Amino acid sequence: MKSVDSDFSPSSLSGLAGNFPPRVLLRASGLTVRFGGLLALDAVDFEVREGEIVGLIGPNGAGKTTFFNCLTGLVMPDEGEVRYKGQLLVLRPYKVAEAGLARTFQNIRLFPNMTPLENVLVGRHCHTKEGVWSALWRGKRFREAEASARMAAAEFLDFVGLVPDEDLSAHSLSYGDQRRLEIARALACEPGVLLLDEPTAGMNPRETQAMLELVQRIRDRGVAVVVIEHDMRFIFSLCDRIVVLDSGCKLSEGTSVEVRKDPRVIEAYLGISPE
Amino acid sequence: MTPVPPSASHLTSRHKTNWSEMWRSVLRLSGRWRFVLGIAGALFVWTAAFSPWASFAFGYPGKMTLSGFPGGARVYLLPLLLLVSLLFFTLPVGATAGVRAALGLLFIAGYNFIAISWEGDGVDAVAWGAWIALLGSLLLLWAFASFLWEEADGRSLSGQTAGHTAVKLPDPIWQMLLVFGGVPALLICFVYALDVEESSRFVSLICCLGAGSAALSSLGFFNWTSELLARQRTFAVILLLIAALVFPFTQDGNGYWLRVLISVGVFASAAIGLNIVVGLTGLLDLGYIAFFGIGAYVSALLSDADFTTVHVRVPFLLVLLIGATVAGLVGIFVGAPTLRLRGDYLAIVTLGFGEIFRITMNNWNGLTRGPNGIAGISDLEIPSLFGSTPLNFGDAHEVFGVSLPNFANYYFLCIFLFIGMAILFSRLGNSRIGRAWMAIREDEIAASSMGVNPVRFKLLSFALGASMAGAAGTVSAHVTQQVSPDSFTFMESILLLAAVVLGGMGTIPGALLGAGVFYLLPEKLRAFQDVRMLMFGAALIIMMRYRPEGLIPNRRRKAEFREEKSRFSAGFLKGTGELDLMQQNPVQEGGT
Repeated sequence: MKSVDSDFSPSSLSGLAGNFPPRVLLRASGLTVRFGGLLALDAVDFEVREGEIVGLIGPNGAGKTTFFNCLTGLVMPDEGEVRYKGQLLVLRPYKVAEAGLARTFQNIRLFPNMTPLENVLVGRHCHTKEGVWSALWRGKRFREAEASARMAAAEFLDFVGLVPDEDLSAHSLSYGDQRRLEIARALACEPGVLLLDEPTAGMNPRETQAMLELVQRIRDRGVAVVVIEHDMRFIFSLCDRIVVLDSGCKLSEGTSVEVRKDPRVIEAYLGISPE
Repeated sequence: MTPVPPSASHLTSRHKTNWSEMWRSVLRLSGRWRFVLGIAGALFVWTAAFSPWASFAFGYPGKMTLSGFPGGARVYLLPLLLLVSLLFFTLPVGATAGVRAALGLLFIAGYNFIAISWEGDGVDAVAWGAWIALLGSLLLLWAFASFLWEEADGRSLSGQTAGHTAVKLPDPIWQMLLVFGGVPALLICFVYALDVEESSRFVSLICCLGAGSAALSSLGFFNWTSELLARQRTFAVILLLIAALVFPFTQDGNGYWLRVLISVGVFASAAIGLNIVVGLTGLLDLGYIAFFGIGAYVSALLSDADFTTVHVRVPFLLVLLIGATVAGLVGIFVGAPTLRLRGDYLAIVTLGFGEIFRITMNNWNGLTRGPNGIAGISDLEIPSLFGSTPLNFGDAHEVFGVSLPNFANYYFLCIFLFIGMAILFSRLGNSRIGRAWMAIREDEIAASSMGVNPVRFKLLSFALGASMAGAAGTVSAHVTQQVSPDSFTFMESILLLAAVVLGGMGTIPGALLGAGVFYLLPEKLRAFQDVRMLMFGAALIIMMRYRPEGLIPNRRRKAEFREEKSRFSAGFLKGTGELDLMQQNPVQEGGT
């Protein structure tokens, strides 16, 4: 993959006048994952550009979550590579997070017995440096770092619309709040790309609408978003670009209109028409 | 430390309701009868406290054959009886508390009944006082229980404080006064309890205190105290520290209890280290005593003992550091390959490591003198603050006109050790590092996806815990004046772990209380020495059933156990059934 950096060139950075597309943030190429005999991902190419919201859809078992797990280092790909801002990613979860990819999980994975604020503070982990000695000594630097981390965490909570409560642990939040807390925690990593795995699962229409607005606000902060979702209305009204996966292969890619008209997509979801 | 699968608890609770419904239908009482029986029970117990419990004198403690005064174990009926009488006026809110207090009365009566007939060779030895004590406490239990059934049948449980509701506290000045009065009272109770010699009286005292606190706890008393102590934390800690420092002055130059409390202090310090590993990071370490042993051996070898193989004497503070460092390095050595694995592998490896350490020490004759161990470790000597002659820990001292035995020196050293460990624990726990540890405990995958390097932080926790045990071990070697492999058996690791779990995982007072239960109580209950382990086992089982969060739980951990059920119904672990390969949570099956 020699040409990987072509989009990440000075031309795109100085391209104020031209109609250059925004530069590519994340590019996965040829990602292949096998679970024994099952080909969970088959040479999937994928890219996310700056400021984009990309939808990732597909029938159950298509490999969407595996794809996320692969990007974030929870599953090692058998082939292929992932580059973030042109740099090859070391596919270990914490390295990926340090580089600038944060994610949420399909079945919420908060730290259930920590307060919402502490949950978000763990998200600040990469952006704080205090070690053992600093924590023991409690000097000025430690206190300042701790205070600023708390402030930042409170801001992220506020951003998703949660109020920090010291007496509450995360697992006593409502389901929708837990989803939002997970997003706040991921945002606290200050990622360039945020990966959301079914953010509206189990939500009612009003909560879904709020989630839609939240994702748009996240994009407005300059964070590119990739979202897996089964709610087509949500996907079609939110995403700039949609990628369809089926049985581990990339089936189709394009705007919502293009994807909706693609006969292969219709076939994958509804089966072949008898005619 | 995964909690009990919910499926099991559901099953048992279903069984329980069937049984208790059957009992209820037989034992149901109407309103008037409850009061009649309750008052009759209280009168019976009152009479019993002043009546003879033994029919002839055979050396049962407390002059139990005499009537007219509440000697021996009988005196412990009275505080509970007072509590029960007060609870009558709080009904139906105080029904649960009443049941618990009545159970305490029943235990005291029952225990002494059995003990008297045991020691007096038959039920003939039991006089009528003990019979009516049994009868009275059963009646009280019946009366209060029937209130409880009625509430369970229909009315809402108004008095039960589920979770923590808002607690009303008095003005700050009153708060401080309460703490100021409470701490000395605690010290007096403690000294009094140590003075209770006969095991029959001591068991009765424990029943009285246990049932009393259980009753008060159901009225929300301990929520209130913990809130109070949280507000006045610094003040309370300082007072408790002063109380701990004052304790040797209450001992009239006798070193026995100081000696016991030193071992409590040493093991409590080690338990704090284990608390980092188990309580904060959630790693199960079954060979923890080995790190303690490493510290002890380092200390023994570097202090020029009478029977040693290395003839050097290093200043103690340096030995403390060396012991901690060596233990920490061994911790890294053991942990580095194992901590990469998930789940129970660490438990198995540490279990093996503990045995390897013990067997190595047992056979390395050239260094450790094998099973003979290293004996005759000299007393500590540290540079004195006041004079040119160094302070020798083997000397007795006279302070403020009170003679302090030589063990008081080690006692004070242990207090400093404990404080050091406590500061280490609380400062690390309330930092970025502590949060990373807790995150790993809660959900390792999520933690690593947030940028926490799990192997690194688990290793840090494991090594720090190991070096804290090592530091405690260096002190312990000087206190016991000898080290030998048989002090570092698997059972010791288990006891430390049990102390942490019993006291309450992740808290400093919990570690102290747990160590107190496992290293102080056996001294008081020497009569039961043969069945010590049996009793600990039974106590742990009862704990896990009725108070899984430990005696002094971390506030949020408490909520975790209490709200486990609601967590499942709230769909916290709601799986959508889609393939998620990293799913490692074994509780899913039970939840649905």
